[in-house]
Amino acid sequence: MSSSANKKAIQALAETISKKVEHFNKKEVECLIWRFNALLEAQKHSDGSVSGLDRNQFKVVLHNLFEMTDDFIMDRVFRIFDKDNDGFVTVEEWIQGLSVHFWGTLDEQKRYCFHMYDLKGSGFITRDDIFLLLKDSFHLRLEEEGREDDYQDEQDEINELMEIVLKKMDHDKDGRLSFQDFEKSVKKEELLLEAFGSCLPNFRKKFEQQVLEKQQDE
Amino acid sequence: MGVSLSKAAQWTTFSPDASKLKSTPTNEALLKEILTFVEQIGSQHPQEADFTFEAPLQWRTTVVTSDLKSDYHIRDSTAWSHETDSREAPPLLTPFTVRVRSLGQLSMLIQAAEDKKLEEVQACLEGNRDFLVKILGPRIASQLLEDGAYADVESLKEDVKDEASEIKARLVALRLFCCPSLKSESLMLVEMDFLQFCSEGDDRLLKSVRYTSDFEFWNGCRAPPWRQAQGEICYVVIESVDTGSLNVTCCTAGVFLNGVGGPGALFISNSRKEFILNSAAGVTLWLLLFHTYIMYIHSVTCRLRDCCSFRKTSSKATLAELSSETSSESEEEEERPEHQPESDFYLSSEFLQIKKLVKYLKKGDQKVTLLMLCCMLDLDLTQDSCNLAIRDEGGLQFLLNLLDTNEDKCKIGALKILIRMSRCVPIQRSMEDMLGVRSLVNNLDSEVTKVKALAAETIANVANFPRARRTVRQSGGIEKLIKLLDCFLKSQKKSDHLENMEAARCGALALWSCSRSTKNKKAICSAGGIPLLGCLLTSSLESMLIPVVGTLQECASEESSRITIQSKDIIKNLVKNLRSNCTDLQIQCSMALFKCAEDTETRDLVRKYKGLKPLVELLNNTNNKELLAAATGAIWKCSISIENVLIFQNDKVLESLAGLLTAQPEEVLINVAGALTEFLQVPANKAVIRKCDGIKPMIQLLLSTNQALLVNVTKAISACATDRENMKIIDELDGISLLWSLLQNPNPEVQASAAWAICPCIGNSKDAMRTVLSFQGFGRIPDLLMSTNNEVLASICAVIAKLAKYKNILATLTDLGIVSLLTKLTNTVRKLRHHLSDAICHCCQFANNTAAFGEAGAVEPLVRYMKSEDILVRQSATMALFQLSWDPNNNLTMLSRGAVKVSCV
Repeated sequence: MSSSANKKAIQALAETISKKVEHFNKKEVECLIWRFNALLEAQKHSDGSVSGLDRNQFKVVLHNLFEMTDDFIMDRVFRIFDKDNDGFVTVEEWIQGLSVHFWGTLDEQKRYCFHMYDLKGSGFITRDDIFLLLKDSFHLRLEEEGREDDYQDEQDEINELMEIVLKKMDHDKDGRLSFQDFEKSVKKEELLLEAFGSCLPNFRKKFEQQVLEKQQDE
Repeated sequence: MGVSLSKAAQWTTFSPDASKLKSTPTNEALLKEILTFVEQIGSQHPQEADFTFEAPLQWRTTVVTSDLKSDYHIRDSTAWSHETDSREAPPLLTPFTVRVRSLGQLSMLIQAAEDKKLEEVQACLEGNRDFLVKILGPRIASQLLEDGAYADVESLKEDVKDEASEIKARLVALRLFCCPSLKSESLMLVEMDFLQFCSEGDDRLLKSVRYTSDFEFWNGCRAPPWRQAQGEICYVVIESVDTGSLNVTCCTAGVFLNGVGGPGALFISNSRKEFILNSAAGVTLWLLLFHTYIMYIHSVTCRLRDCCSFRKTSSKATLAELSSETSSESEEEEERPEHQPESDFYLSSEFLQIKKLVKYLKKGDQKVTLLMLCCMLDLDLTQDSCNLAIRDEGGLQFLLNLLDTNEDKCKIGALKILIRMSRCVPIQRSMEDMLGVRSLVNNLDSEVTKVKALAAETIANVANFPRARRTVRQSGGIEKLIKLLDCFLKSQKKSDHLENMEAARCGALALWSCSRSTKNKKAICSAGGIPLLGCLLTSSLESMLIPVVGTLQECASEESSRITIQSKDIIKNLVKNLRSNCTDLQIQCSMALFKCAEDTETRDLVRKYKGLKPLVELLNNTNNKELLAAATGAIWKCSISIENVLIFQNDKVLESLAGLLTAQPEEVLINVAGALTEFLQVPANKAVIRKCDGIKPMIQLLLSTNQALLVNVTKAISACATDRENMKIIDELDGISLLWSLLQNPNPEVQASAAWAICPCIGNSKDAMRTVLSFQGFGRIPDLLMSTNNEVLASICAVIAKLAKYKNILATLTDLGIVSLLTKLTNTVRKLRHHLSDAICHCCQFANNTAAFGEAGAVEPLVRYMKSEDILVRQSATMALFQLSWDPNNNLTMLSRGAVKVSCV
């Protein structure tokens, strides 16, 4: 494919996608497509031809661009980006995901985060969800033998921690966090938006520089 | 000198036979003191002497039965006291051992020891280190020691039934009486005396003893009022010879070594001086005093051992620094000891919650840390006990460590907590100690605007004391804060605008806090902060304007800053904000004008921008004293320009000011009096002040003790007195005597301005002669002529010139030897030449003073004065020489010194 034809195709694609997403203009979408293609290129070496980024490649992207480190959370982000659950993030999913979730308004972000922590999709963040989200925080040594006591101690600690968190965030006292609970807590303290793991870009500016502005120069 | 503490306190440390008291002068003096009391007890306080101890005091003695007088039953070498009714009681004296059951017995036994009294007292103390328990019984003693000062006296009385206990209750009650009333002025005096006593002499233990604050409140306390509410009286810094300084809190519950808990901390009990000196209970307290003093020495020794290793190298330098520190130094800091949380706080659920939160804060990863930070924000961080608990659990250090990481969200959370914690004074100091201020300053460079803003706001809180302000400056914080202002002013993007504004506001707040140190003022000015602050003045946001004007106001005490303020049109905006609805802003603006209007150009600018009228309007806010003080201050400084006075008079400001001469706080009065002085330079106003009855309150203010006020009031009166009608009123109110008495004031400024005020009074008063003669206070004049302050000298010369018109007074003055004193002054400073020649001229009128001046050598310098460029000096010198020329010898001198030639030129 010649580079000019490639360019044209991308411009056309950008045109259509930019109509569907809210927070990017056409120029930015174009940049994002360039970036996506570059990432896809890097992936092709190991795999044949694919329609989108696979889980591992996507996680690498999240790590490099947004400095995310939490594997568990990155999995969740992939799941949410991959709307049709086919194991790949396509170019459209990529741009829509970035648009709504990373550049969204506070309200959109609240929903996004809540969705992220609602592991089973039950509409609530339950105790089990919180347990799974926080269990790595104490570096549990489940596998080690003869550590039964330690394990029990740490189990207790997580439970205690969970009580503290629920006491703070569970406003209706039903033992789980509804979206209303979550929203109310975030309203009171914005930092709680990412209470159970960082899932929003830390360095939006850096991303803008690296992806949006840099590509514009080309 | 240099006797180490450990040697002095041989009580406890090195000898295995621990309870021996070494003979040092300090100890000896103490023993003597105790002895005097014990000896007198029987005669002076018979009732207290009868009071029986709970358990006998027992020690090894050198007294034998043969020393005892007839008051004892003696069998072999054993003796019983007459006082003991029952024979079953154990004997008072067996060979080498004595058991004493009452103060009376103690007294008699000591007296029997004849020339070994001191040794006996010493043995008594050494043998009974728990004497308080023995005397009062374990229950009361422990109450005293653990300080049950708040224990209910009544309930104590119910418990005790027999007579002996009643005296005990009285002892306790007496003690309790001294404690809860903060009003007793002499409360801490005795401790101070005692400690200062320890710091005297060659063999001293203590280097110095001083209060942290020179300011004493009306009730005799030195602690700030909000600490007084907690029962604190004053803070004392004790510097011992070997260790560093110890901070001590004196409160109603006793005296505590800061940072040391338990009964060992209470080392000197509360008591009144007279109580100690005049009552038998005082003996017990003396003993207690001594006992606890030993405990204090013990704790000092322990501390000494602890800090020896790292203090050794630095101690000499730091001690020298410490002792040379004076309160006037701007960077000096006032150590305020902190109050430990009450013990029941440690049992509260809140404390447990803090413990839990801090534990997980430290233990978890950043996810959990962030959660815990959010939870910590729910704590009541306005409570000191909460904050101290967080610190003591290690939370504060952790929060500060978070500032050095890259986790912006955690930083924001930590800063949100730190902002609140840093309102608590002890936390501010801890943060500085933990190098937190540096971390905060580093965060001012953060890429995240919110972090910058929060860090700046925290700095604004922490920079509440000099050491932190210095750190901010030394770590380059001033420049970074100014950069925040710059960022906001340059930011164009709308999306960032609000965030940047918030950062600028916090930056201004921090600058305001920092600008309280002189060096920081200079730093702000030289870093170009003033023009930026000036630009921010155009903002319409009050929360922004107050810190901006506040900083400007602080900086305006530096002359270099004032020049910038003038040239940058800042005055215009200050004037504009005088009309703001926000009183705090009005106060800051008025204060800024007060400081800036020292310069003529500024005063003209204030007039140009029509700032005088709003200042006058502020005078109507008579309820807000702070605002009133600021407004009157600005009016005072503005009225130094006579054009401004004329405009002020259109609004009848003089009348309003005269109305403010009564029932106002001193800050207002000082400024009002200052302003009146300037107003009265306009002749027409002299009649106005009379008509609106302003003279009487002014004269009454002469009885004030505030020196700044006295200076200003005397100046105002001086301006009044040039009018004859006014003088009549001053005479009626006996103003001259009041002014004259101010010559006794120790402050040279007050002396000088009083003397200047006396001059026109004498000149214009009809019966000044009679008034002045009735003073009998001329003795003060020769003293003042020996003053080192030129203004005082000049003013006194002027007074002498006036007084010398009266022959009788001149005679008295001559007797006091002013001729030689005046002559001595002829060879000194330029400034006072005019008044000096004047005084000499007038003094020549009496007897042979003319010749006396000649002999003393006054002629020669006067001839030199003739060459002066100042016409007033030449004029008065000529007059003086004319008077002196009545004596032929003087003429010879004049001729030889070329006076004729000079006069012809």
